[in-house]
Amino acid sequence: MTILYTTLKACLAAEQPVAVATIIDGTGQIGAKLLVRPGEALLGTLGDSILNEAVERDALAMLLRAESGIRSYTVADGDVQVFIETYPPPPTMFIVGAVHIAIPLVTFAKTLGFRTVVIDARGAFATPERFAHADELIHAWPDEVLPGRLTSNSFVVLLTHDPKLDDPALKVALPSPARYVGALGSPKTHARRLERLRADGVPEEQLARLHAPIGLKIGSDSPEEIAVSIIAEVVAARHGLTGR
Amino acid sequence: MKDVLPAIEQWRARGERVAFATVVKTLGSAPRGVGAKMAVSSSGAMIGSVSGGCIEGAVFDACQEAIKTGKAQLLHFGVADDDAWDVGLACGGIIDVFVEPLDW
Repeated sequence: MTILYTTLKACLAAEQPVAVATIIDGTGQIGAKLLVRPGEALLGTLGDSILNEAVERDALAMLLRAESGIRSYTVADGDVQVFIETYPPPPTMFIVGAVHIAIPLVTFAKTLGFRTVVIDARGAFATPERFAHADELIHAWPDEVLPGRLTSNSFVVLLTHDPKLDDPALKVALPSPARYVGALGSPKTHARRLERLRADGVPEEQLARLHAPIGLKIGSDSPEEIAVSIIAEVVAARHGLTGR
Repeated sequence: MKDVLPAIEQWRARGERVAFATVVKTLGSAPRGVGAKMAVSSSGAMIGSVSGGCIEGAVFDACQEAIKTGKAQLLHFGVADDDAWDVGLACGGIIDVFVEPLDW
């Protein structure tokens, strides 16, 4: 009955990439649907196998770019407009430093559709009581956790401003494909951080992509307001803007 | 989609029928982007949004019609006057909304 809907729901719940293509205008059957998953068989049909294949190719490419929109195809009877809606897996925010700011930041990030991973080597900070709302709480050093986990759908936020935790995390995050890397700290702290990283041989183009001091200038005072300033900058980065 | 799913699941569990509206195209300033969704149940419950509130009334009616007829349709909202719905967007944008029954 509703096999496409049920499959879509399961993909979203399992955070697996999926795309739904629908004929919305033109010569085809309006409302006809095709469900596309990487590496899986097609479900449903747009009424024409050649059209199905062309749409599948476009949908998979759009999924990688996290893009949705209308594409036009020419079939035997004329042109058909297909709306391709992609559901890439949710972005993940890796928060290094289970500090006070991290508590509201996890809340805001989850509201905005991020998976949240909180990492801290310090047991007193990384407690389940403080971070019951995080998707993952990892009591470990960031350079033990981050390697291999960062993709172009990752956002890395460093909140410790302790070089022992921040520097190793930066050396993993900056050369990774992560979409955003930001670090807390005053301009003075950041200047010293840059000196240390340069001395350790981190290339300039990697340093240039570090957002520091982290967050937009909104006059933040409390941990909650600082979390707002950080999440605002992350949202801007998600849309390819700086927010400045 | 994720924002409207829990409500849809509740409606379906109660045996209600459901229709969706999805923003498929925007031009100029539009309050919500492509993919924004609104869902409506046969008993008249509503979740989600496709604009800042300017066209939800018309889209709600179209969703109810889709539940009754079982037919999908593409709606075009622009600056008022000449569109059949007589709904204008205060922001001066253009929004295309696809309305369909949940029968897939």
